[in-house]
Amino acid sequence: MKHLLGIEGMTRAEIERVLETSEAMLEISQREIKRVPTLRGRTVINVFLESSTRTRVSFEIAAKRLSADAINVTRAGSSLSKAETLADMARNLAAMSADVLVVRDSVAGVPHMLAERVSVPVVNAGDGCHEHPTQALLDAFTLRQSLGSLEGRVISIVGDISHSRVARSDIHCFTKLGAEVRVAGPPTMMPAGIEVLGVKPCFSLEQALAGADVIVMLRIQQERLDGALFPSVREYSRTFGLTQRTLALAKPEAIVLHPGPINRGVEIASDVADAEPSRILEQVTNGVAVRMAVLYLLTGGQT
Amino acid sequence: MSSPDPHAAKPDADGGGRVVLDASGIQRATTRIAHEILERNPGAEDMCLVAIVRGGQPVAELIAAQLAELAGRAVPLGALDITLYRDDVVARGVRPMPRPTRMPFSVEGKRVVLVDDVMFTGRTVRAAMDAVLDFGRPGAIQVAVLVDRGHRELPIKVDFVGKNIPTSRAERVVLRARPDGELEVAVV
Repeated sequence: MKHLLGIEGMTRAEIERVLETSEAMLEISQREIKRVPTLRGRTVINVFLESSTRTRVSFEIAAKRLSADAINVTRAGSSLSKAETLADMARNLAAMSADVLVVRDSVAGVPHMLAERVSVPVVNAGDGCHEHPTQALLDAFTLRQSLGSLEGRVISIVGDISHSRVARSDIHCFTKLGAEVRVAGPPTMMPAGIEVLGVKPCFSLEQALAGADVIVMLRIQQERLDGALFPSVREYSRTFGLTQRTLALAKPEAIVLHPGPINRGVEIASDVADAEPSRILEQVTNGVAVRMAVLYLLTGGQT
Repeated sequence: MSSPDPHAAKPDADGGGRVVLDASGIQRATTRIAHEILERNPGAEDMCLVAIVRGGQPVAELIAAQLAELAGRAVPLGALDITLYRDDVVARGVRPMPRPTRMPFSVEGKRVVLVDDVMFTGRTVRAAMDAVLDFGRPGAIQVAVLVDRGHRELPIKVDFVGKNIPTSRAERVVLRARPDGELEVAVV
């Protein structure tokens, strides 16, 4: 792996290598001294041009637990506000001997564009409505903790499938690992032709959840919705929100994921988010381990 | 992707190379090491064994079984993966797969006996000492190995050794499982 730009371009073996490496990384975060010297003297620059708490902090912690230096760049206060192009900014960061660029942008394809223009490894930390590969990897890692393998498991992804980069990366990741993936949401949030990704579209929550092993609830992204894709938040919540009642449609031992930040009472009821089937906080813990694995593998210089 | 793992005890159909320690030799060596460990650490009080994965694991298990018999008590056994501490990993190159470390006890104030299969340059033990120190401040660190093949590159000594085997630098010394499951050490 030279870059981590999306799950779509990864093989199953590459995905499994990241997941296996993450197992060892997870243990480091449980130690009293949560740091190993592996990336001593390396520099990881987090270029976050779209707001984020969880992912940015997660990458920063991951870099520091491997003893790398982590530098954060945000849009406000960067020279982008002086009309410098993104490519020039990235070249300048690379010229300061950065070893990895972690890039988040609200425009799809920005990490790919930068990867073609700089010589350092680029990690996509979320680009527009396209992909969020480390989220999918940490979701798969979390599922493997509970289920062992994803082979043959029924995983339902519910929410705004059209605008969700998490949905797209999850779909690629879960299908490559052998799961049966369903997607569900209001018709306005379901891309036409989604079947070509090897998933089954469902137009009701009941249909999506019946017999599911895993439910991935997506956040309703109010900041990404310019037009009204549904009449009201309340109506969305009534038809596609996960509650104790709708959770009961899935398998009794079904588990629930959510990429965060959660809108309590919108796509997920509080008593579900905080209940036993929820792995939401485990996802956050595992996110650090998975990102440590990604940084470790990408700084090797070759595959 | 499939980088060679120097610590793997690989099954080897034909074997090949020169066997320098067979199963009974390994048994005798680990028994002697267990006696010597008890001499230095009477009653196995406040001590623990830490295997350097993966080659040290089977050796540490043999020593632990002997110690339990001789001292009449179980000695805590941990497993340390030192991949993330290796100095050759810090340099650019293919990334070896790190494996989970299991240290289900505190090393604070304890006598820690590091166990590996083969002692060579000393770099592995150097990395293992760094790793142990990240888990606390042991009272002492000692090193037990099944085979010492020489060629040290760091000022590191062995406390307990099963067998000294002169080798050339180009040779490889491996602890491996035969098809029938018995362990042996060979120079290849």
